[in-house]
Amino acid sequence: MRQRFTRVVGGVALFALVAVGAAACKKDDAGPGGTNGAACGLKIGFFGALTGDNAGLVTPIKQGAELAVAQYNDKNKDCTVTLAEFDSQGSADKAPGLATNAVNDAKIVAMIGPAFSGESEAANPIFEQAKLPAITPSATRPSLSTKGWTIFHRGVGNDLAQGPAAARYIKNVLKAEKVFVVDDQSAYGAGLVDEAKKILGTAIVGSDKVTEKQQEFGATVSKVTGSGATALFYGGYTAEAAPFLKQLRSQGWQGKFLGGDGINDANFLSVAGKDSEGVIATCPCAPATAAKGTFVQDFKKKFNADPGVYADVAYDLANIFLEAFQTGKVTRADVQAFLGSYSKTGAASGVTYKWEANGELDPSQVVVWAFEAKGNAWVPAQEIPKS
Amino acid sequence: MHFDDLVNGFPNLTTTGLTQGAIYALIALGYTLVYGVLRLINFAHSEVFMFGTFGAMWTWGWLGFGSTSGRPGLGTAIMLIALGLVVAAVVSGATAVVVELVAYRPLRRRNAPPLAFLITAIGASFVLMELMGAATGRIQFGMPPLLPSNPVINVGGWRITPLQLATFVVALVVMFALDTFVQKTRFGRGIRAVAQDANTAALMGVNKGKVIALVFLLGGLLAGVAAVFHNMKTGNTRFNVGFLIGLKAFAAAVLGGIGNLRGALVGGLLLGLVESYGSALFGSNWTNVIAFVVLVVLLMFRPTGLLGESLGRARA
Amino acid sequence: MSAVTDLWHRVTGFFNQSKPARIGLIVVFVAFLYVLPNREFYEYLNIPGVWIPLYTTGNDMAFVLFTCTWTILLALGLNVVVGYAGLLDLGFFGFFAVGAYTVALMTSPESKLITEYNWFESPYPWLVTVPIAIALALLSGVLLGWPSLRVRGDYLAIVTLGFAEVIRIIAKNQDWILNGDRGIPQVGHPPGTWPDGTPIFQFDAKPYYWLALTMVIVAVFLIRNLVRSRVGRAWVAIREDEDAAELMGVPTFRFKLWAFAIGAAVGGISGSLWAGYNNFVNSATFSVENSILVLAAVLLGGAGNQAGAILGGFLVVYVPEWLRSVGDVFGWPKTVRVFDINLDVSPTSLRYAFFGVLLIVVMIFRPQGLWPNRRRAAEFKDRRQAVVVGEGVG
Repeated sequence: MRQRFTRVVGGVALFALVAVGAAACKKDDAGPGGTNGAACGLKIGFFGALTGDNAGLVTPIKQGAELAVAQYNDKNKDCTVTLAEFDSQGSADKAPGLATNAVNDAKIVAMIGPAFSGESEAANPIFEQAKLPAITPSATRPSLSTKGWTIFHRGVGNDLAQGPAAARYIKNVLKAEKVFVVDDQSAYGAGLVDEAKKILGTAIVGSDKVTEKQQEFGATVSKVTGSGATALFYGGYTAEAAPFLKQLRSQGWQGKFLGGDGINDANFLSVAGKDSEGVIATCPCAPATAAKGTFVQDFKKKFNADPGVYADVAYDLANIFLEAFQTGKVTRADVQAFLGSYSKTGAASGVTYKWEANGELDPSQVVVWAFEAKGNAWVPAQEIPKS
Repeated sequence: MHFDDLVNGFPNLTTTGLTQGAIYALIALGYTLVYGVLRLINFAHSEVFMFGTFGAMWTWGWLGFGSTSGRPGLGTAIMLIALGLVVAAVVSGATAVVVELVAYRPLRRRNAPPLAFLITAIGASFVLMELMGAATGRIQFGMPPLLPSNPVINVGGWRITPLQLATFVVALVVMFALDTFVQKTRFGRGIRAVAQDANTAALMGVNKGKVIALVFLLGGLLAGVAAVFHNMKTGNTRFNVGFLIGLKAFAAAVLGGIGNLRGALVGGLLLGLVESYGSALFGSNWTNVIAFVVLVVLLMFRPTGLLGESLGRARA
Repeated sequence: MSAVTDLWHRVTGFFNQSKPARIGLIVVFVAFLYVLPNREFYEYLNIPGVWIPLYTTGNDMAFVLFTCTWTILLALGLNVVVGYAGLLDLGFFGFFAVGAYTVALMTSPESKLITEYNWFESPYPWLVTVPIAIALALLSGVLLGWPSLRVRGDYLAIVTLGFAEVIRIIAKNQDWILNGDRGIPQVGHPPGTWPDGTPIFQFDAKPYYWLALTMVIVAVFLIRNLVRSRVGRAWVAIREDEDAAELMGVPTFRFKLWAFAIGAAVGGISGSLWAGYNNFVNSATFSVENSILVLAAVLLGGAGNQAGAILGGFLVVYVPEWLRSVGDVFGWPKTVRVFDINLDVSPTSLRYAFFGVLLIVVMIFRPQGLWPNRRRAAEFKDRRQAVVVGEGVG
């Protein structure tokens, strides 16, 4: 063992010597922090799960941003911007390194993400230290805006907006008296259900918790059918909601199925098929109508798929950054200031982006809509009143 | 503790538990067959199952039955299921054999230690899962509705759907066929011989390489059958669907006594029931805890599983 | 070519004969490891002639190295269990979780122990919690080992797997102290300040890497001494033939428990280091896949040899991270259009597939691992020469 060890160690040492000697061969790539050319060669970061289990959720969001950048580059061929991807696989343990890498790249002056709340907790302190402005298109945990991060911005309403709104919809519009609540124990799903529970109160006839990646919901289904509930509120994502709904229906449960924006995507309709008819999804967003631009068509053309949840938000957020670059805001501080005074309606999502000091959207701008699945499409049902 | 949930839902919990258990058992047989012959935990078996789910889904989609299409008539549905079973079994079987040829056979030629097989199994699992993930964009796919959902039996809230009945019956038939195959045929004798003592069997003229390939093929075929019923039961699939169900099935195999075919059946059904009752009693999020606690307690009293390990009947 | 090999033999021969030279070489290598995370240094490490960066262009190098180091610590701990005592443990990451959660619970001001249960008034400093984390990890190793070490071989694998899964599910529960997916933020960092008053341990991964590297060196020496003692000889005896060892008077159960506990303690150290860096701990980190990855590290490197475990731990983290963006350097395409479907073929997204191929290839050509224990390698050599009945070529 000793012989081998020294041999290997020796090899590494020799190799290091050679490598250092060969340093002169290394290409001279541009050092960080070029000041000329203003917006040219700048990068917008995108931070989220692009591989791994949650990639299906985040990839459409990235594609929304990608579309905006591609459109910008088509118009400004001589001065392009790139989207730098940071694939965190959605986990907090991979986030700090990627965040550090993003921060160390001086060309990155704006960040879309992190996509999830957990990784935001680990990555945002690092962005904060480097004053890299970030807008999350999808992390909805309320406490994120209470940590004192000046760079933090949220492009959507948080769980405090959506959970109670969903509950009000169940109570006032559906007038359901027996409600079953299920969550997937994720920060998002459980947060939504916890907020909804406060308003639903005694209308709740039962509850259960499932886990992410669960495929088989036999026991939960039997609880729901046994409870006599006429409505079910699910806090979680499409991946579990769609099979859960299908299994409920196959066991003959006929009640109303409701979920948050985690199920408000085209894939939910495609996976649940005919069973999705009549499902309600709430979303802290306004319906994207034809008048608001050609986002949906453009997205379909480029990616050969329907835009998923928050793809429109990411598209708008990327456009905000691009607008900043075009008006000559090319440093992190400039972009941060630009966001502070921004107030315009996004073309794709219809949300008016105007941020408060803590990074939340101006509450008067946050609307929660209920969408109903009809004929394999999400059809805007109504705006849920604020009280 | 929700005793009322358990008591009220008992009949339905039993049926769902048995159905799920039947699917576990079919996959568990794949682990058990390979383990019985090679003493190897085939971690890539979960991916073999996953390939089967996609095989069946693509067949149905190719015939025009996607997740958003309407429910076909009973005759068409049965035809589709039969076709799905054949294709999924072939896809899974082929995947299993390819894994054996690429990842295990070269190691056996070199007489590698058992743990090396474990690593190639993990490697093969990574490769299969990630390739499928990249090919499908890592998104989830829905299944077409096939069997009608109105129950065949509906007595005072106790419902058995056609799918549950079909799953259970087909699983039992398939397992009976496998048991007969292993006990009665020449190939089966070969399998048992290699399981008892591989080298002696080889000296006695059994083609060990063929037997091992056959074992992987059989495991794959069963996983394909399980995949079709899993497709219909859960109504969806995606690239990482195999991992969790593979773990459960492996636990089921151990519960029954790994290497023992009937043990896989008993272990699978028992695990399905324990999970079903347990999740009613404590909540679905505690399912796996209950399953593993039962497993550990059982292993302490019967260290080689419920029925003990024996693929070749007489193993000391 | 022969001139080169000749030179190589002369150089290695020199180092093999001279102990001071050997020690000097190790010192140089360790020094190399300490300077490695500096950008000014690692940027110039490359293959002469062609410019392929050896550092991770897609992720912060210091962070990757830190991740490598705590994985190496885990691999060293698991190596005691799998490599020396020969016990197959599929749930080793559970001990990492115990260490990480102990630190998080005691050092975070938002820990439920403070906010809800009032166990103590204010958070403890990181340094105080590390020994407690180690002790708790050790204790959980004993508690797990006590019942489960009575089952053998592959059954032990499933029991340990179950243990890790149970820990994860408990962690996942929002209502209990571990706070599930919402997790525990503001975990404490190790102490110390630079001369200018800024804390050493904050978000930069470099100091953590140095700390973890030091821990690795300490762990290597402690385990090395243990393995060369009576305990180590008992482990090897158990690994080779448990019944024979028992008959020869080795109290096998006690030594197996020892192996479990020591492995668990090292896992706990790794977890507490990680928690100290990551600032945020939630249940999503502790998946079963990670346990399997650590086992892959030990077996890939070569079970029963600490150098092998180190090499394996390094590779399982470094290779996927290096593949992350190396495609940009070669101009590898990101997507390929096949039948109207965009296939994602970027090395970033296929990195685990490449890694899987690597595992298979290495195991086929070096089934004993990349850097095996000398004695085990000899055993394997014997095995390979033994006649494999019915597996003849052709």
